[in-house]
Amino acid sequence: MDDMAGNKTEQATEIKETPKRHLWNWILCAPALTVLVFAASGPLLIVLVYSFLAPGSFGGITWSFSLEGWFRVFFSRDIFDPEIVSLNTAHLTIFWRSISLSLQTTIICAILGFPTAWFIATRPQHTRNIWLFLITIPFWTNLLIRTFAIQEVIRNQGLINTTLIRFGFIDTPIQMMYTDFAIFLGMAYVFLPLMVLPLYAAMDKLDIRYLEAGYDLYASRWQVLRHIILPLVKPGFIAGSILVFIPSIGAYVTPRLLGGGRSMMLGNLIELQFGQGRNWPLGSALALTMLVLVVGALVLYIRTVNREEEPRHG
Amino acid sequence: MTRSAFRLTLMSLAVMSASITAANAQGVLNLYNWGNYTPPELLEKFTAETGIRVTLTDFDSNETALTRVRQGGHGFDIVVPSNNVIPVWIEEGLIQPLDLSVVTNFDNIAPQWVDVPFDPGREYTVPWAWGTTGVIVNTSLYDGDINTSDIFLNPPPALQGRVNVIPEMSDIITMAIYAAGGESCTTDRDVLRTVRDTLVSAKQHWIAMDYGTVDAYAAGDIGAGVYWNGASMRARLQNSDLAYGYPQEGFPVWMDNAAVLTDAPNPEAAMKFINFILEPEHAAMISNYARYSNGILGSEAYLDPEMKGAPEIDVPDALVGAGRFSESCSAEATNIYTQIWTELLQ
Repeated sequence: MDDMAGNKTEQATEIKETPKRHLWNWILCAPALTVLVFAASGPLLIVLVYSFLAPGSFGGITWSFSLEGWFRVFFSRDIFDPEIVSLNTAHLTIFWRSISLSLQTTIICAILGFPTAWFIATRPQHTRNIWLFLITIPFWTNLLIRTFAIQEVIRNQGLINTTLIRFGFIDTPIQMMYTDFAIFLGMAYVFLPLMVLPLYAAMDKLDIRYLEAGYDLYASRWQVLRHIILPLVKPGFIAGSILVFIPSIGAYVTPRLLGGGRSMMLGNLIELQFGQGRNWPLGSALALTMLVLVVGALVLYIRTVNREEEPRHG
Repeated sequence: MTRSAFRLTLMSLAVMSASITAANAQGVLNLYNWGNYTPPELLEKFTAETGIRVTLTDFDSNETALTRVRQGGHGFDIVVPSNNVIPVWIEEGLIQPLDLSVVTNFDNIAPQWVDVPFDPGREYTVPWAWGTTGVIVNTSLYDGDINTSDIFLNPPPALQGRVNVIPEMSDIITMAIYAAGGESCTTDRDVLRTVRDTLVSAKQHWIAMDYGTVDAYAAGDIGAGVYWNGASMRARLQNSDLAYGYPQEGFPVWMDNAAVLTDAPNPEAAMKFINFILEPEHAAMISNYARYSNGILGSEAYLDPEMKGAPEIDVPDALVGAGRFSESCSAEATNIYTQIWTELLQ
């Protein structure tokens, strides 16, 4: 009897509680959902709608449907003969420049970040936090200020050139500002911590006994690195690459200030349409194209990386 | 940056308005102006004389200012747009006519700045500052004629690879149009073909397309470039080798103008401020700060000694005719210019 009654009440409370708990779940989720819907999807939806409208005469939009914005992302009418329609090579060149800059930045950060993270991960436990702390120091300062700081170091009258000249290594300053070198230096400096931190997190968990086992089985240093360490820290590489690639594809402050801004980045191109170009629909369409590109690249990347991994598990 | 400044202003505004309602019936005046353009001592003096406190918010382009004010809820009283966009502000009813019963210093405006094409008879706006867009050259590198747009469109060998061009589409395209013999805002395809070809072939000689800091010119990082007269003067005061040239083919003249917003929370204070900056002494403060002329009669007496007769301020008589007021171009023209610009920077 007692058991039966107990079961009954248990059942009853379960049935009673489910909708209640359900409701509570929703209420507790409400703040996060509101933020997501209004702060993330809302603006995106507005951008989507704007991309299908006609431009206003001085910025803004007019409420009439138009595919001109999307058309001009990919195609251009010849300025001197509107009959000639061709692929918009200027836009494609700019797209490619941003993508390749991001890829190269990601690779540079990975090459520099791996030894850095390894160094930190192999320090005694109590000093690791100090090293990590040092890695995060640049985050305390605004991006713009850090970029200007790099300018001070590499400009013609800057730290490096004046030092080299003073010690007689060179006579005339080396032109470093406004070169590709300057762009990569700036990008790598800004984004390196985003690669080091996930790599460190992956290496921290790495069991050193696997390496010992490898050496015991007469593996060379290279084989240990290639077949044990790299596969085990791969999740760190993936996370780091994503964290570096996404922000660098939209980067335009660093390329503009250090590279001299002679060549546009995707971010500059979009900014131009909303500012001096006064073509918001084209700007919106370009922004969405960039979004699709980034998401597409990520999906592709994660899929390829996972596919590579499969045989090893099997 | 601008957005956080805006938020900060709103916050300080809220705090201030709470404390002020009790202590000060005069209220607050919210000024919306270009960055690094408003002398702090000007605002301090205004507060000392009227009891009205002033908050200052920066904008970085005419487009930014227009977009924000169009959206409403900005809380600004005064805005300082450039001449070429003033017609848009007037047509859209964003700024209100001057109240001449308060703006009693109106007659201080120099006659040539009263009947201006962008605001005939000055019904809405008063001058803040005006200047020119020309070229700056480090004369230790090149001592030839600098009053030509060849400095950046066809640089002499000594300057090749050392030229900086400001990334201002309308200024650069306009100067290239003048050099090609066209009128600003033209849609003439032959002129624009020359413009595109000239710019594309000139670009190989440019080292950067940056706003170019005064320091970079003074330190010699950049040898020459397209620059504004006031900024050039600030650079020359640091490095006497720098000189400012007025391209004889044609150069843009611009003027930034103060106006009271239609939905200003405190229009009375705003009109008082407009009247305040028309005092020669106060107009001179603005000039001494940003190194631009102001268009107010009698302000010369209060200018810093280095401003008087400065080559960046006094346009040579022979070249005055080459200066042309910048305009806001039609959507069609802007569309073509954007395409040329994108092609140039691709």
